Amino acid sequence: MAKRVVVTGLGVIAPNGIGIPAFLNAIQNGISGIKFIRLYEELNMSCQVAGQPDFVWDSLQNYISEVSFHGLKGTNIAYGITAALDAWADAGLDRETVEPHWDTGCIFGNSAPDSEATKNVINKVDARESKKLGSRVVEQTMNSGVTSYISGRLGLGNKVITNSAACATGTQAILMGYEYIKYGFADRMLVGSSEYIDPYIFGTFDAMRVLSRRFNDQPEKASRPMSTTAGGFVPGSGSGALVLEELDVALARGARIYAEVLGGSSNSGGQRGGGTMTAPNPAGVMRSINEAIKNANIDPGQIDLVSGHLTATMADKLEVQNWSQALGRNGKDFPLINSVKSMIGHCLSAAGSIESVACILQIVHGFVHPNINLEDPNPDILNIIDKDCLPVKMIKKEVNIVAKANFGFGDVNSCLIFSKFNK
Amino acid sequence: MTREEILNELKGVFSPYTTNKEALNKLSDQTDLIADLKINSANLVDIIIDAEAKYNIEIDYDSADKMLNVGSCIDVISEKLNQK
Repeated sequence: MAKRVVVTGLGVIAPNGIGIPAFLNAIQNGISGIKFIRLYEELNMSCQVAGQPDFVWDSLQNYISEVSFHGLKGTNIAYGITAALDAWADAGLDRETVEPHWDTGCIFGNSAPDSEATKNVINKVDARESKKLGSRVVEQTMNSGVTSYISGRLGLGNKVITNSAACATGTQAILMGYEYIKYGFADRMLVGSSEYIDPYIFGTFDAMRVLSRRFNDQPEKASRPMSTTAGGFVPGSGSGALVLEELDVALARGARIYAEVLGGSSNSGGQRGGGTMTAPNPAGVMRSINEAIKNANIDPGQIDLVSGHLTATMADKLEVQNWSQALGRNGKDFPLINSVKSMIGHCLSAAGSIESVACILQIVHGFVHPNINLEDPNPDILNIIDKDCLPVKMIKKEVNIVAKANFGFGDVNSCLIFSKFNK
Repeated sequence: MTREEILNELKGVFSPYTTNKEALNKLSDQTDLIADLKINSANLVDIIIDAEAKYNIEIDYDSADKMLNVGSCIDVISEKLNQK
């Protein structure tokens, strides 16, 4: 029989808050983490704002050994280690172990390894100085650097996978961990994703003209999902991590249970039917949502809150349309819907994990976070759902079931259903 | 440079790569980098690069292969310094 999977630990590095208490306070109060970045002005980028966590590099010394700290330069790895180890501690688990935890695995994703670290390699090799690169470069320029550091620090001995599915990476990592426990292959999975958008990754998106460029002088207003004045997304960096456990294992050790993962789905629209490398096939999106609902064994009418992908591009309207059609709900009957991106920007592969942490906090603390910068909702969206479905201030209310989805380049979709835990 | 001076300076070179500070403080010619200082074998490369930079010398592959204990490290460094 399939097992039940619960969330017992959370960790987050977000542009508007480092650590769960700071992040909770930020999303409850609509605090933006978007700032003007002088370097991007100097580099002649069109978009000159970004969501960058106020991460203190030396804080890493509290997480890894002195030897490991010396020579670590990969920022995405640093974010991932911190969020993952925070989630592990939050679950009441011990960092130190002699034997590997054979029952515990790790699925942590990223979209690209740190390209600043890669730049160092390119510069040295081109200068005929490859001999001076040292031994610590491979581990930081390989895609699996993040999971290698996390699983090594904690001695995780079950499946260790680095997944990558563009902006759906984080939700997909959680889904994969959930499925692995559900079907009995592991008792516990440390899951999440991390992203550091350095100038080189930033530049590639800037070149596509998909980034916000009209609010460089008002950074906190730059990320405007679902608004009439939405003009592109704001890149963000950070990491989110969750400890998932099989229900009986969590109960047996007296773990605090935040929420349950009821189900999920990950698929692709096949870049057909309107889907392309960069745009989703609506049939794929709706299928993903409907499969998640079916796997969770719930009725669409039970969903209290939709945590959308909603990046602040032209695709927002299509996304709301897809949700409405998939759920068979519109107007006033549509659930509340919000976008964490209004406060932190689009954290690409880390979006799904950071936003899932936000979903669970809303379930645990009984609130729906505001959509900031939504004083002018897009009329096309208001043709589909009622204005009251778009909170602009925090709403205190019981939240039982949240649907969370992310959609990524390559026409990939991932949807998760989180629920309040009921014995 | 005397062997003792090099030995004392090597403590600073090894320090970032070892968590065994006790063994580092009692460094002698016989101290083994891997067995005693518990240095990860992959990090031996970094120690060679750091020593090259510190003494402005070049340590060839054959010499580097010999640098497994403190005495042999001092031998190689002294030899390269004398060739300058």
